[in-house]
Amino acid sequence: MAFLNFPGSTPAGPRRGVYRRIVASRIRSQLAYPGSFVLDVVAQLIGQAIELVVILVVFTQVSSLGGFSAPEVVLIFGLAATAFGLADLTVGQVEELPTYIRTGEFDVMLLRPLGTLPQLLSADVALKRLGRVAFGLGVLGWSLVSLDIDWTPGRVLLAVTAPLVGAVILSAIWVAANAVSFWLVDGREVANSVTYGSGFSTSYPITIYGPWLRRAMCYAVPAAFVAYFPALALLGRPDPLGLPEALRWSSPLVAAVAVAGAALVWRTGVRHYQGTGS
Amino acid sequence: MIITTDGLRRDFLVGTRLRRRRVTAVEDVTLDVERGEAVGFLGPNGAGKSTTIKMLTGVLVPTAGRASVCGLDPVRERRELGRRIGVVFGQRSQLWWDLPLAESFDLHAAIHRVPTAQHRKRLDECVELLDMGGFLRTPVRQLSLGQRMRGEVTAALLHSPELLVLDEPTIGLDLTSKERLRSFLSEVNARGDVTLLLTTHDLPDVERLCRRVVVIDQGRVLVDDELAALRHGFAGNRVLVVELTEPAPPLLGLAGVVDVVVEAQGLRQRLEFSPGATTAAELIATVAQRVELRDVSVVEPSIEDLVRTLYAR
Repeated sequence: MAFLNFPGSTPAGPRRGVYRRIVASRIRSQLAYPGSFVLDVVAQLIGQAIELVVILVVFTQVSSLGGFSAPEVVLIFGLAATAFGLADLTVGQVEELPTYIRTGEFDVMLLRPLGTLPQLLSADVALKRLGRVAFGLGVLGWSLVSLDIDWTPGRVLLAVTAPLVGAVILSAIWVAANAVSFWLVDGREVANSVTYGSGFSTSYPITIYGPWLRRAMCYAVPAAFVAYFPALALLGRPDPLGLPEALRWSSPLVAAVAVAGAALVWRTGVRHYQGTGS
Repeated sequence: MIITTDGLRRDFLVGTRLRRRRVTAVEDVTLDVERGEAVGFLGPNGAGKSTTIKMLTGVLVPTAGRASVCGLDPVRERRELGRRIGVVFGQRSQLWWDLPLAESFDLHAAIHRVPTAQHRKRLDECVELLDMGGFLRTPVRQLSLGQRMRGEVTAALLHSPELLVLDEPTIGLDLTSKERLRSFLSEVNARGDVTLLLTTHDLPDVERLCRRVVVIDQGRVLVDDELAALRHGFAGNRVLVVELTEPAPPLLGLAGVVDVVVEAQGLRQRLEFSPGATTAAELIATVAQRVELRDVSVVEPSIEDLVRTLYAR
């Protein structure tokens, strides 16, 4: 339909197909080295397993952590690990933003008729991160089975969606944090502390943290909504902190707000972008 | 008008947090470019050429002033603009380094939603003109710089852009590759449907491709004129080179000649004259009365000399 293609018109087309093709090409190029792919996955699994072992070691010394038993903490850990793995798989590439800015590849992204963030995220797909997701799902599944959960339709839905919603929240936090690279020449350290800090801090009940950090995790950087509140809802147990019950079910709402906030920060950052020398 | 700018300006904040300085890379660039033109941006390093290009292509947000490219606001309508223009940055690649060139082209066409038939036709044309058949299946990272630049230019043209912007397209290329690229670009522009805007350090690029030259210095437009007019209007000293059959003493005292350089023990003499004071024909006639000539040639002022003279003013 040539009449639709007059200059200035935006021809309708398979936008999604573009990213599918980009991602497919990224995956192909990785699978070109299957040996290193397998090693990477194994390394990721070991790293995650060590984190779990640390929790179990702590429980050989104490019977409860912040008011939670070992299986309960493992549930929180499993939710957080799965969410982290999914977020890492989809938006992990955002931590390479300083590199793309330094090499000028970000300029090239600005020249294409596509959004900058989707281009950055699809610029490389690290399949090794599947290892994290698999491990998180394993731990989550085990804890859901071994804990005596009073299953209702609402809780079933929550168990399925919580890792996804958690991944969305973490993704939004990471995108916003990494956008600091638009202002700071090397904002990588700042951004990494938020990325890995959020991964670490969501793995434990927030009751173990001091009041300031706790408040920050509930109301500023919404890390508590990744695993802690959904876990409370699944367990159906009272909150040791006595926070309102509605918070337990509000992760999707928090995720939506976080995404809107991250989009705003990103867009402001791109506007502020200074580029490199030549 | 495919490009219009009005008082375009861009400042950068440089230095550390404690000692921030505001540096103006582009101070005031106002210019219009008509469809089908071929315009060369000239200027020393740091003159503001690249920054201007980046503001025109939507990469950088101007600090002040307005720009309109293809009737669009480059920043607000960046994506739409990306569909209508092609850009080649000599020092960065828009190809996928780990994919064969042909696959990079396919992805590029998909991103720009080029219909398959049109893509094939355009690609075949470029492959033939740029002689890329031999390395279409080679991963981009294994290409030589010359091969890669041919790929870059092709990628920038696959979606039939109205405007092709090239920032230092021939940087680092050998003479053959440069020449191949220039003749291709000149052919593309000659067909009339693609406007060319290029920055370069390489003056032959401009001499070969551009009818109009914009000289930028310290973030301002210093000169904006036809290449031919620039040649004749400014700095216009030409050199008559005379080859003699026998060595002769320096040919001094000729009307209109401002400098004489003797080479090859007097067998060759370079007479620099100002075109306003005499003509090559007159000069040749006068010299021929004094000595016996074997050969003569006239050297035009190079743009390099011309730009140097402009900066000196």
